[in-house]
Amino acid sequence: MASFLQLLVSGLATGAIYALVAVGFSLLWQTSQTINFAQGEFVMVPAFFVLVAMHALGLPFWASAIVGIAAAALVLGLLFKRIIVDQMLRHGVLPLVVSTIALSLFMREAVKDFYSSQAQPFPSLVADRDISLFGVVFSAQSLALLVVAVAIVAALHVFLQHTRFGRMMQATAQNPTVARILGIDVERMILTTFLVNAVLCAIASILISPIYLAKFTNGETLGLAAFVAAIIGGFNQARGAMAGGILLGVLDNLCAAYMSAQYRSAVPLILLVLFILFRPQGLMGRVEERTV
Amino acid sequence: MLGLTHFAARRGVLGGIALAGVLMAAGLPARAADTIFIPNVVELSGAGAVSGTNWRDGITLAVEEINAAGGILGKKLNVPHLDTQSDASIARAQVQKVMDDKPYVILGPVFSGSVLVTMALAQQNEVAEIVGGEAAAITQRGNAFVFRTSFGQQFSMPKIANYIRDGLKAKSVAVLWVNNDFGKGGRDNFTKEMQARDIKVVADISTESGQVDFAADVVKLKAANADAIFVYTNEEESARFLKEARKQSLKGALIGETTLLSQKVIELAGEAANGVRGHVGLSSDAPVPALATFAEKFKKRFNYANDHNGIKGYVAVYAIKHVTEKLGKFDSKAFAEALHGMTITPDKEPGILMEATWDKNGDIDRASFLGEVVAGKQKIVEVLPKLNK
Repeated sequence: MASFLQLLVSGLATGAIYALVAVGFSLLWQTSQTINFAQGEFVMVPAFFVLVAMHALGLPFWASAIVGIAAAALVLGLLFKRIIVDQMLRHGVLPLVVSTIALSLFMREAVKDFYSSQAQPFPSLVADRDISLFGVVFSAQSLALLVVAVAIVAALHVFLQHTRFGRMMQATAQNPTVARILGIDVERMILTTFLVNAVLCAIASILISPIYLAKFTNGETLGLAAFVAAIIGGFNQARGAMAGGILLGVLDNLCAAYMSAQYRSAVPLILLVLFILFRPQGLMGRVEERTV
Repeated sequence: MLGLTHFAARRGVLGGIALAGVLMAAGLPARAADTIFIPNVVELSGAGAVSGTNWRDGITLAVEEINAAGGILGKKLNVPHLDTQSDASIARAQVQKVMDDKPYVILGPVFSGSVLVTMALAQQNEVAEIVGGEAAAITQRGNAFVFRTSFGQQFSMPKIANYIRDGLKAKSVAVLWVNNDFGKGGRDNFTKEMQARDIKVVADISTESGQVDFAADVVKLKAANADAIFVYTNEEESARFLKEARKQSLKGALIGETTLLSQKVIELAGEAANGVRGHVGLSSDAPVPALATFAEKFKKRFNYANDHNGIKGYVAVYAIKHVTEKLGKFDSKAFAEALHGMTITPDKEPGILMEATWDKNGDIDRASFLGEVVAGKQKIVEVLPKLNK
C-alpha cells in the first residue's frame, strides 16, 4: 500500500506537469486554432534561459527563474505569435502545424549547438528530504512539485472561470466574431493566451528540469505526453486538458510498476487510439459539429 | 557573333573545369602526403553525448599534442569527428562513408550497439577500429580489427562480483540495467557471476535508454530489499536514477561499474551520488601521476573535468602513434596485426598513461581501481593489478 501511495504521488506530480503543458495546448487551440507541435520544446528551452541567467549573468536561482519566465513570455509568447503564428495562420492551419514542427527542430538543434548536447544539472526548488504522512514516506521534492503545479492549475482555472478577463478569453475562444461584436479586444485576448501558454511552459520547465535534467531532447517526451493528455482530456476544454494530464501521469507510473516498464511509453498511445475511436471529444470536451 | 560568344563562353567553362581539375590534382596528393586520415565516428548527440564528447575531447587533446610535436612519422593527423547521434544505423553509415577516403585507423564509436554494427565494416576493409564499447560480445566474434580502450564486461564483472561477495558480504542483489547492447551484455555477465558466487538476484529491472522517470523502478527496488543494488546504465540515466533513489530514500549499497562513479554522473546527480561504490577501469582520481597530469591538461583545454571516456580517447591516439612508429610505416593491416599481443608502457610512450596490453581478441588489460563517491568526489580505495600479471 505504501508503494502504491508513493507511486500515486509521484504520478500525480508528473501528471500535474503534463497538465500545465496540456492546458497551454488547449488554450492556443481554442483562441487561435494553433496546434503547437513545438510545445515540448517550449518546456525544454526555458530551463536553458534559467541556466544562462545563473551562469552567464551570475544571478541566484530565484532571480534566474524570474528571468527565465520573462524571457519565455517574450520569446515563446510574443515573438512566437508575431513572427510565426500571425504570418502562417492566414494560410490555414496546416502550414502553421508544419511551421511549429520546423520550429521544434530548430529549437532542439539551437540548444544543442549553442549550449550543449549533454544533460545539465538544474537546481531543485526544495532540498531533498523525506516527509512522513499517514505513515508513508514521501519525497519533499515530489510533494512540492505536486503542490506548486496543482496550485497553478487551480489558479488558472479560477482566472478563466471567475474573472472578467478570463471570461473574455473564453468568449474569444468560443466565438471570436461574437466576442468582437460584444466589444472584446480579441487580438489582445489571443496575445494574452500566448503569453499565458509561455509562462505555463516556463513554470513546467522549472519544476521538471531538476528531475529530468536540462537537455535539448526533453521536449520530445513532454510534447507528446502533453498532446495526448490534451486529446484524452478534451482539446476544447482547459479543465479537460488538466484532467487528461493528471490521468496520464498516474497511469504511466502505475503501468511501469505493475505491468511492464518496457511498454510504458505505449500506454499513452493506446489511450489516444481508444479515445479517438470511442470518445473523440475526450473526457470533458464538447462535441463540435461543423456545417460544410 | 552569337556563335562566337557561345564558343568563347564554352571555352571559358571548359577552361574553368580544366583549371579546377589541375588544382584538385595538385591539391589532393599534397594533402594526402602531408596528413594521415583517422576519422573519429562517435556519439556527439543523443543518449551517448556525454561519453562521446569526452572521448572526442580526449582525442582532440592527443592530436593537438602529437601534431604540435611534428605528427607521426612526419605526417600530421587529420581527425574529423562524425556524429552517430547515438544511433547504430547512423554510425554504420558514417563508417561506410569514411571508408571511401581510405582511413588508416578508425576511432570510436563508444556505444556498444554502434560498435557491433560498424566493426564488420572495419574487418571487411582491413582497417583497425579502436573503440570505447564495453559489451562482451565485441571481442567474442573473431574480428581481428577491433580493439578496446576499456575493459570488456567479461573482465570487469568478475571484479565487481568479488567486491560484492568479499567487500560488502552481500547475500542478495538487485540489478537495474539499460536495455541496449551495453546494458544487456553487462546484466548477463553480472548475473552469471552472481550465480557462480551463490548470491541471489532478487530483482532484475530493465530500463530504457534516455529514460527520464525512475520513480516506478525505485519503488520496485525498495520492494526487493536487496543487500546491494547494481546499477548499469549510461551517464544521464544513472544520474536521474540516483536522484530518484535519494528522493525515495532507497536503502542498500548502490554499486556500479565505472559509469556510475564517473565525473559526469557525480556532477549531474550532485549529493545523490554520495556513497556510490564500485569498480573503476580508469579514473583521473587514481593514484597515478600521469592520469592526474592528463586531467589538468584536459581541464585547462576544455574547461570541464574529464571522465574515463576522455582518458580512453587520449590513450587510443597515443596507441596509434606508438604502434605506427614501431612499424615505421602507415599500413592498416600491419597495424592491426602489430597491436595484438602488444604491451605499451608509459616509459616508452608517456601518452599511454598506464601500462596496457592488448590480447589476441583485441581486449585490453591494465590495472584498475575500486572507488567510492565521497562528498561529491570520486575516491579510489584500492588498486587492482592487471589480470595477467
